[in-house]
Parts: sequence; structure tokens; C-alpha cells
Amino acid sequence: MFKNLMNWIEYRLPFMEKMNLHVMQYPAPKNFNFWYFFGSLAMLVLVNQILTGVWLTMNYEPSAEGAFASVEYIMRDVDYGWLLRYMHSTGASAFFVVVYLHMLRGMMYGSYQKPRELLWIFGMLIFLVLMAEAFMGYLLPWGQMSFWGAQVIISIFGVIPGIGDDLTLWIRGDYVISGATLNRFFALHVIALPLVLVILVFLHIMALHEVGSNNPDGIDVKRDNDGSVEQTEADKKFTFHEYFTKGGKKIIVDAIPFHPYYTVKDLVGVAGFLLIFAWIIFFMPEGGGFFLEPPNFEAANPMKTPEHIAPVWYFTPFYAILRAVPDQLFGAIFMFLAIIALALLPWIDRGSVRSVRYRSGLHKANLILFCISFIALMVLGVLPATPTYTILARIFSFTYFAYFILLWIYSKNETTKPLPVRLS
Amino acid sequence: MIKHIFSAALLCISASVFASGGGVHLDKAPIDLTDKASLQNGARMFQNYCLGCHQMQYQRYARTFRDLDIPEDVGMENLMFTGKKVGDHIKNNMATKDAEKWFGAAPPDLTNVARVRGPDWLYTYLRSFYADPSRPFGVNNEVFPLVGMPHVLQELQGTPYKAYETRLVDGESKDVYAGIKTDGKGELTTEEYDRAVADLVNYLEYVGEPSKLEAKALGIKVMVFLLIFFVVAYLLKKEYWKDVH
Amino acid sequence: MSNAPVDQGRRRFLTIATSVVGGVGAVGAAVPFIASWNPSERAKQAGAAVTADISKLEEGQLIRVEWRGKPVWLVKRSQVSLDQLPQLNSMLRDPESADEQQPAYAQNIYRSKKPEIFVAVGICTHLGCSPTYIPTDFDAHVEGVHSGFFCPCHGSTYDLAGRVFSGVPAPKNLQIPPYMFIDDNTLVIGEDEGTV
Repeated sequence: MFKNLMNWIEYRLPFMEKMNLHVMQYPAPKNFNFWYFFGSLAMLVLVNQILTGVWLTMNYEPSAEGAFASVEYIMRDVDYGWLLRYMHSTGASAFFVVVYLHMLRGMMYGSYQKPRELLWIFGMLIFLVLMAEAFMGYLLPWGQMSFWGAQVIISIFGVIPGIGDDLTLWIRGDYVISGATLNRFFALHVIALPLVLVILVFLHIMALHEVGSNNPDGIDVKRDNDGSVEQTEADKKFTFHEYFTKGGKKIIVDAIPFHPYYTVKDLVGVAGFLLIFAWIIFFMPEGGGFFLEPPNFEAANPMKTPEHIAPVWYFTPFYAILRAVPDQLFGAIFMFLAIIALALLPWIDRGSVRSVRYRSGLHKANLILFCISFIALMVLGVLPATPTYTILARIFSFTYFAYFILLWIYSKNETTKPLPVRLS
Repeated sequence: MIKHIFSAALLCISASVFASGGGVHLDKAPIDLTDKASLQNGARMFQNYCLGCHQMQYQRYARTFRDLDIPEDVGMENLMFTGKKVGDHIKNNMATKDAEKWFGAAPPDLTNVARVRGPDWLYTYLRSFYADPSRPFGVNNEVFPLVGMPHVLQELQGTPYKAYETRLVDGESKDVYAGIKTDGKGELTTEEYDRAVADLVNYLEYVGEPSKLEAKALGIKVMVFLLIFFVVAYLLKKEYWKDVH
Repeated sequence: MSNAPVDQGRRRFLTIATSVVGGVGAVGAAVPFIASWNPSERAKQAGAAVTADISKLEEGQLIRVEWRGKPVWLVKRSQVSLDQLPQLNSMLRDPESADEQQPAYAQNIYRSKKPEIFVAVGICTHLGCSPTYIPTDFDAHVEGVHSGFFCPCHGSTYDLAGRVFSGVPAPKNLQIPPYMFIDDNTLVIGEDEGTV
């Protein structure tokens, strides 16, 4: 009876077939390490943001008069409203933590290299939409930081020659940030951008499953079936979907089915992540003033700027680059270049060895310097721009961009270690 | 352990970033949200000395009474000077326009002041007024120079002034700043005054986040549950991965 | 790759254990989402008990008080109209107030605590209109009855104890809210001795 029903559905919508293709019989390299948790964690945080976000809209009031009070209403009057709000605000920061680590993973193991360029581009688009989502969401509580942070960031568009002033006016829909700005940001934050985000995540995963997952060794698990590699007993134990062997043209080595092996492994990652996530939500929801900034507990006041405006921590690396450049227009250009450079990595890196494990010492040093630069810029973006800090910000902005330039130069003829035949 | 290091690191950075006292040393406020007597005294202080000018427009009387174990009828009798119903917000009747005229700026709402300024800042600020005849209200403040607020707790503290001591510095006797003293004409001794301010700040800290105790109690349960989940998930993973290794 | 045989029992046990713990977690995670739909503190405070002063209520007069956004009627009934109530029983759908449309203390012939003071939610039990109080000319709607309530929406009729007449669309008697007297002239609606 049940089987008949399943067959009836399967004939019309091949659900089990798709589950097999993407989950039960998806060949995942067997050597995923700690760094491979962050993809599934990003999905988890996305679900958290959507659910808590939907629930917050049930009591939030998108108007300049009511926004701040409605957030206090959620925090004080709605049963568990404080928890839903902290889950959402902490989730925003957690999203960037896992996405930055996910991106670093891609850079370490060359996951952007051929044939995963489009996968990487989808990822970068997700990152861009995420930044827009975070920026617009931050205006909604209508606190002092919401207001003045948005003021500063929208003003960045004003540096575009010719159209800048008209553009900022158009974005705000008013001469200052007002209820009009709040309403359009609300609409984009809760409907338009999440929709785009979900579609992009879907495309990201489809693109991933088409080319297959990379791994810490950066060598393929799908090999040509030309006798160059033999399947071991272990390889033959598992069943993979025939789609991946292309009708016998390919063989799959050193892979395991995603389910159950990586579903149970990701579960451990989820539990570990939730331990930290819940700790912050319940015991330090302000995240030391980084996740919820103290001035934002004061309602927006267009007449009074807080003493020190810093964007939320996840924007500060780019903000530091903006401030480091003495010219306003070039500052904005370099800030956008910092993101575009990341998106162009598949073409900047001209090497064929993916994983940092088998690349040159120069590349390792370059990547470490890039990480240091990124973190240093993050810290500097939070601090006030004193002369010393500005010089430091310039140095680290330089090393940030140097990563890409150097990579382009040395990757053409890089001395790499021999790649292993099998995954370790 | 890692989480402790993480939170400690965050606190260190944030303390350096957000300390906005302008270099003034802040005393640590003795916050204890479980001390109902202190919170009740703080609520009494707020109603008597602050509410005339400052509001808590997001906090309801009913919430304060419930969380502080104050019976509603007792609270309405002794603490409710404004509002008609116990469910009303803690507001005063001062018009914003008048306030701006009197103080130069409308007195800020105090619902979230402990989250904006931090309890240590408040605790130090309320103990740092000193007589300064050049100011409109005759007082100035070390933590908040040129503040536009009168020293409303003066009847409790007495008149505070900046005290100087004559000390030998490099062989010369000089007047050295020795902190704020009072003329002793207040209703309270210095210790009692500090305690009263601590109670008030404790209450402000509570009002900033009334769900805090609830969050902590629930948080511990969630952490215990997640630890169990982590262990079970880890054992399950190990069991399945026997196939692979 | 170990060649040891798989311990299926342990594997099944751990799978079930993880599922159970995970299921408990999912239920727990759902709690804040579900609980947040309860009436908020604002709704509860707005729906709190209201106090009414009835010192100026004259015989035959009706005053309205708002409680939880609904009209609550307070009517002072005359001895004559009270005496008539038992005689109407045969014309009514639920003369003994068997339906739980009132607190236990109002389940009597007068449907009230004090016979002369009638307290009821002024919402027709048919489709939610508010009936009209007709103090003198109720004969036009129900022959032989001096006063009562008439719902203009679909013509339902109630006697002065809020009991519905037979043959009209309304299925039940008018609802009586919980209430109590603080003193002779002060009435609290929304609370009674049982809930305080």
C-alpha cells in the first residue's frame, strides 16, 4: 500500500531518485576535515535566519515612529521574543563567521579552480547578497548605530562622479534616512533578498554536485576509466549514482556516500557549532558589543551622532580599506576591488595544483599573510582612525591586494610538490 | 574552555573599543540581579529621584513588580506615581518641548541606559558630581563634563566637592587632587550612598534586559542538552566511520 | 578500513538515540516559536480586568464598559422585570442556562450575582453583532414581554437575563463574563474571587 503510493509519487516527481543523486549516493571524498563543516553550517544558519526572521516580522513595525519601540516590545512583551531576536542577531554574525571560514577553506584547497569557477562565482554572489541583507537588516532596529551606520554606507555611493548625489537621494528616498528608507530596506530584507539568497544557494549546491566536491588534497575522486587508477576493495563496497560514472567512462575512488557518512559527521559539527552559538545567545548576546553595538540600544536620533561609529565587525575589513585610501572615490573603488579580486580568484590563480598542501612555500606564506591582513583590517576597521592606525591600515590594505598580484605572478610557473595518486 | 577564552578575548577588545569614559577610570558596579531587596530599593530610588525627568517608556510597572517580587497592590500604592493601570509604561508627564527648554536637551529615556553606557559608567557617573558654581545647576561631573543634569541625589550624598591635599612633590608642597568628598550634610554616609547608587544601577541594569535571569536559567539547560546531543552524535559518527577507516 | 564485522545492534541503538535526542531538541527549539503566538504582555494588559462605577446606574438603565475590546452591558433591572423572568421559561431555548455561557455563580434564574444587576457580554451568540437594548417596547418583537435585547442583524431576541428565545438564529444565551463586586457601587469585570 505504502509502496504503491511511493511509486505513484515517484513516477510523477522522482523524489527518491533525486535524494539518491544528491544525498544517499553522492560520492563525497573520504578525507573531508574540520574545514568542511562550514558549508552545512551556513545552511543551518540560513534556516535559522529565515525562521527567526519570519517570526520577528510578526511583531516588528517597519516605520520610523514604531520600529525601535516594536523591537523593545519584542524584547519585553512577546513570550520568548528576546530569544527569537537574539537568535536572529547572533545568527547574522554567525553567518559571516561560517561564510568567511568557508571561503578561506576554498582558498586553502583551491576549490575555486577549474572546473569549479562557476561554483565559486555563485558563492561570491551569495556573499554579496548576504552583505546587502546584513546591511539592510541592521537599519531595521532603528537605533543610533542603525541610523548612522546606514548614513555612512549610503554616503559611499555619493562619491560616484556625476550621479553620486542623485543616487544617494534615490537610495534613501528622502533627504535624510527616513521612514521611506526603512520601509524599502525592510521589503528588500525580508522578501526580495532572502528569495535571491535561497535561489543562489540552490544554484551553488547544484553547481557543486555537477562538478563534485573538492577536498584537502585537491585531487579528483572521479577518474577516467582508462586503467590508470584501479578501484580498491573499499571503493567497490559503496554504491554511487550511475550519473557520476557517466555510463562507465569514469570510476570513483576514495569516495564515500554523503549519507550516512557525512550526514552523521555534519551532525557532530552542528552540535559543536550550536554549543558556541547557544552560549552567545544565552550568556553574551551583545557579543561583547560586536554583535549588538551599545549605541544601538538608543533610538535613532538624526540630530546627534554617536561618539564613535564603526560598522558591524563583518564589514570592518572592507571599511578599513575604504578609510585607508586618502581619496574618497578611490577608497570606494578599492573597497569594491577587494571583493571583486576574490571573485576573480579562479582566473588570478593560474596554477593547476589546487591544495595548499602541494603548493610552494611562497604560496603558503602569501596565504598566511593574506589571512593576517584580513584579520588586521577587521580589527583596524573597528578602531577609530588615528594616524598610527591609518598607516597600519594602508600597510595591510597593500598586503591584502599583494596576495592577488603575487598569486597571479608566481602561479604560472610555480614549483609544486608531486600530487599523490590517491587521497590521504 | 575555548569559549571562555573566546568570550574573554571579546571582552578585552570590546572594553578597549567601547570604553567611552574619556580616559576616566570607572569603578566596577556591584551588579547582582538576584538580589531582590537591592532591586526593589533601586526601583524606589528611580521612582523618587529619576522619574521626574527621565522615563522608562518601554518598561511596564507590572513587569517591574512581577520580576522584583513586589505585590501589585503594594507597588501601586508605593511606587506608582504616574500611569493609571499597572500595565502602563513607566512614563512621566513632562513635555519634551519643556524639557528641552529647561535642560538644553530632553533627558534621555533610561530603559536601556545600562546597555548603552554600561553599569560601571552609571555607577561612577552618579558618584562623580561635584560643586561647580559656573554651571547652571551648580554642579559638574567628572565622568560627563558639562553635563546638563542637576545632582538630584544631593540630599542623600550631601554637597560633593573636589578635595585637594597638600603633599610634598619633589621637595615642594603642592595641592594634589584627592578625589571627591562631601560636606557630610547628606542623609547618607559615603558607604550608604554608594550602596544606594549601586542599588539604583542594579535596577537600571535589570530594566535594560529584564529577560536576563530567564535567559541564564534556560541557557544552562540548553547547554546541558547540547552536550548530550554532541556526545550521542559523536558516538554515532564514530560507529559509522568504522566502515571508512 | 577495518574488517571487523559491523555491530548492527550498536549502530541501530546509536541511530535511535541520536534521533530521539535530536527530536527532543527540535521540539524544544519549536517552543519559543509557538509560545510567541500567545497573547503578549501588551495584549494581556489591555485585556486586564476593568472597574466600573455603578453608583449612578438607574433602574432600567444600561451602561456599556469595554472589556477585551468587547462591549459589556451593565443593566439595573426592576423588580417587575425580575419577577417576569421565570414566566418566560417555556419560550426559551435554554431557560436553565445549562450551556456553559456563564460562571457557576451566574447559573441561576437571573443569571447574575445580585438579582437586580445584570452583567453580560453584549455580543450576539449568532454571528457577533451587538444587540440593541429595548427597555420598554419589546412587545413588538416578543409578544407579552416588556423589555429585552434585540439583535438587528438577524433578529435574534434575548430576555432581560440574556436568555435566547426559541425560534431565532442565535444558538446560545448571552455570555456572562467573570465579575465581582468590590463594594456596593464598584464592579470589576474580567476577574472574580476564583481568579484573584
